[in-house]
Amino acid sequence: MLLYILKRIVYVTPVALGVSVICFLLVHLAPGDPLTSVMPIDATAEQQAEMRAAYGFDRPLIVQYFLWLWKVLHADLGNSIATGRPVLTEVSRAVVNSLILAAVATLIGFTFGTLFGFVAGYFRNSPLDKIASAISVFGVSVPHYWLGMVLVIIFSVQLNWLPSTGAGPGGSSNWRPDADHLRYIILPAITMSVIPTGIIARTLRALVADILSQEFVQALRAKGLGEWGVFKHVVTNAAPTALAVMGLQLGYLLGGSILIETVFAWPGTGFLLNAAIFQRDLPLLQGTILVLAMFFVGLNLIVDVLQTALDPRIQRG
Amino acid sequence: MNSNMTDTGPIVDVRKLTVDFSTGGGKTVRAVAGVDLSLKKGETLALLGESGSGKSVTLRALMRLHPDSARFGGSVNVDGRDILAMPYGDLARYRGKVVSMIFQDPGLAFDPVYRVGDQIAEAVVRHEGISMQEAKKRALGLFERVRIPSPERRLDNYPHEMSGGMRQRAMIALALACRPKVLLADEPTTALDATVQIQVLLLLRELQRELGLAVIFVTHDIGVAVEVADRIAVMYGGRIVETGKCADIIRNPSHPYTQGLLASRTGHEAVKGSRLVTIPGAPPDLSNMPPGCPFGPRCKYVMDRCKTQTPPLYDVGADHFAACFLIEQQAASQSQLQSA
Repeated sequence: MLLYILKRIVYVTPVALGVSVICFLLVHLAPGDPLTSVMPIDATAEQQAEMRAAYGFDRPLIVQYFLWLWKVLHADLGNSIATGRPVLTEVSRAVVNSLILAAVATLIGFTFGTLFGFVAGYFRNSPLDKIASAISVFGVSVPHYWLGMVLVIIFSVQLNWLPSTGAGPGGSSNWRPDADHLRYIILPAITMSVIPTGIIARTLRALVADILSQEFVQALRAKGLGEWGVFKHVVTNAAPTALAVMGLQLGYLLGGSILIETVFAWPGTGFLLNAAIFQRDLPLLQGTILVLAMFFVGLNLIVDVLQTALDPRIQRG
Repeated sequence: MNSNMTDTGPIVDVRKLTVDFSTGGGKTVRAVAGVDLSLKKGETLALLGESGSGKSVTLRALMRLHPDSARFGGSVNVDGRDILAMPYGDLARYRGKVVSMIFQDPGLAFDPVYRVGDQIAEAVVRHEGISMQEAKKRALGLFERVRIPSPERRLDNYPHEMSGGMRQRAMIALALACRPKVLLADEPTTALDATVQIQVLLLLRELQRELGLAVIFVTHDIGVAVEVADRIAVMYGGRIVETGKCADIIRNPSHPYTQGLLASRTGHEAVKGSRLVTIPGAPPDLSNMPPGCPFGPRCKYVMDRCKTQTPPLYDVGADHFAACFLIEQQAASQSQLQSA
C-alpha cells in the first residue's frame, strides 16, 4: 500500500508541472500589460521600460517561467502589485478563510446530500423520493449567487437575523470559531452547500438504487440478514463511488466560489481572485490559481488512494 | 437420489400458492397460479420449466424473497411454520437457518467488496451468535467440505478472485453454514462451464445424502433434473402440469408439454444436418394469459374445452399426476372398452 501511495505521488508530479505551466501561461494570454494599471497615466516610455525590467517582464517567456517556478518551489510567489505585500501571505489568509467556509458547507452538503440520496434510493418512486429528488434538482439547477442574494434579502434585510457580508464583526478577516463569527458564516455556507447537496444526493440515489437491485442483496436477505445488516453492505458498496464524488465536490468548495464570496464579501480565495483580476494583479492571480490547482491535484491523490483502500476490485498495480 | 424416509410428515408443504406482482398502471401479473408441493425430509424435487414458468418465483416463496409488491395466496408451510404469515423479524431469523438458497450466478450473489470467508462467517454470527473467530473456523471447515483447494487462503479471497466453479462451491458452503433443513437451488449450474457443472452437481448430491437435506432444485434442463432429483414437477405458465417420480416421468410423460421437452432433448443420437425437434410457439405472456389450459395455444392435441377450462391434475399412476384433459378422455374410452 505504501509503495502504491509513493507511486501515485510520482505520477502526480508531471500533472503538477503541467498545471504550473498552464497557470503561468493563462495569465500571459490575457490582453493588457499588468503594469499599466499601476503606473501613472503620464509615465514616460522609459519609466515603463524600467518598471518592466524591475519585474522581469522584459525577458523571454520561457525564462520568466523557470524563474517563476524556481521561486515558487522556494515558497516565494512574489509580491502583489496592488498592495506590495507577499502573495503567499495574502493567499494563505484567503485559503484559511475559504477552507473554513468550505468545511462548514461540506459538513452541511455531505450530511444532507447523503441523507437525501439514501432516502431517495431506498424508497424509490415514493413521495419521500419525490421530495428528496426535487430538492436535489433545485440544488443543482438554482444559480447560487441568486440564492445567496435571496437569502440576504430574507434573513438580513427583512428579518434582520443574520449579517449579510463579511467574515466577522467590524470587517474582521480572521475568522474565529465563536458565536459572533459563527453568525457570519451561516448564510454563505448554506448557499455554498446547495450544489454539493444536490449532486451528492442525485449520485447516491442512483447508486443506492442500483446496489439494492443487485442479486447479492437478495442473497444477503436469503442468508438471514435484517434490514440493518443489508444496509451496512449497501454503505460499503456505495462508499468508493460516493467518496470520489465527494472528493471532487470538496475540491470545488475548497477552490472557493468567486460568486458566493463576492456576494457575501467573504475574504477567501474567490474574493481574492476577483480582486486580482480587476486590479490586473498578475503575481497575485498566478499565485492564487496555482495554490487552488495544487489543492485539486492533492485532493485527487487522496481520493485515489482512499478509493483503492476501500474497493478491493481496483488493482494496486 | 435416495430418500431416507424416516420422518412421516412433509417438511415443505405448499398449498394452492399464488403469487401476483403488480406492474405499473394497476395491472397485476400472476406468476404462480395455484401450485401444490410437498417434500419429505431427505427428498430432492426438481422444479422443471422454462423462463417465466414460475419456477423461481415458487422457489423464492419458500423464503418470501420477493419485492414488496408481491401478493401471496394459499399457504406455505416449512418445518411447521407458516411462512406467508411470518412477521419480518422472524422471517430474517428463519432465512438461512431453516431454509437456505444457492443462487444461479455466484458471481452476482456474493457482495463484491467483502471477503468470501467473512460473508460466510457473517451468516453464522447472525444465526448462532458465536464470535467472528469461531465463525471463521466454521467457514474453513465448510470450505474443506466443499473441497475448495487451499481453503485458508481462499477464505480471504474476494469473489472476483475466484473462478466460477469455486465461487459456486463457496456459495454452497455459505448455504450450508447454519445447517439448514431445506436447501433451495435456483439453477445452480446454469452459469457454469459444462465440466464444472457436473462436479458441482455431484457435490450437491453427495452433500444432500450426507446431511439428509430436503432439496428443491430449479432447472430448465431435464437432464440435470433426472441427475439430481427423486421427483420432478414440470411447471408451465405458473402451474404444475405434471409431477411424479423421475423414472415415471421419463418413461411415461403424460402431458404434451413434458413429451415435447423430452423429444426436444439433444442426445447422442442427434445426426448432423437433421433438424432439432422443438415445441412450436412461445411461452405465454403472464400478464395476458389465455383462458383455459396455459399450454393450449402450443399444443398439437388441443381440444375445444382446453380453450375455456383449465385441466386439473389427473392421477396417471403411482404418485404421478398430469394436468391434461387427454388423460380423462383416455380413461373414459378405456372404461368404455371395458364395459363393452
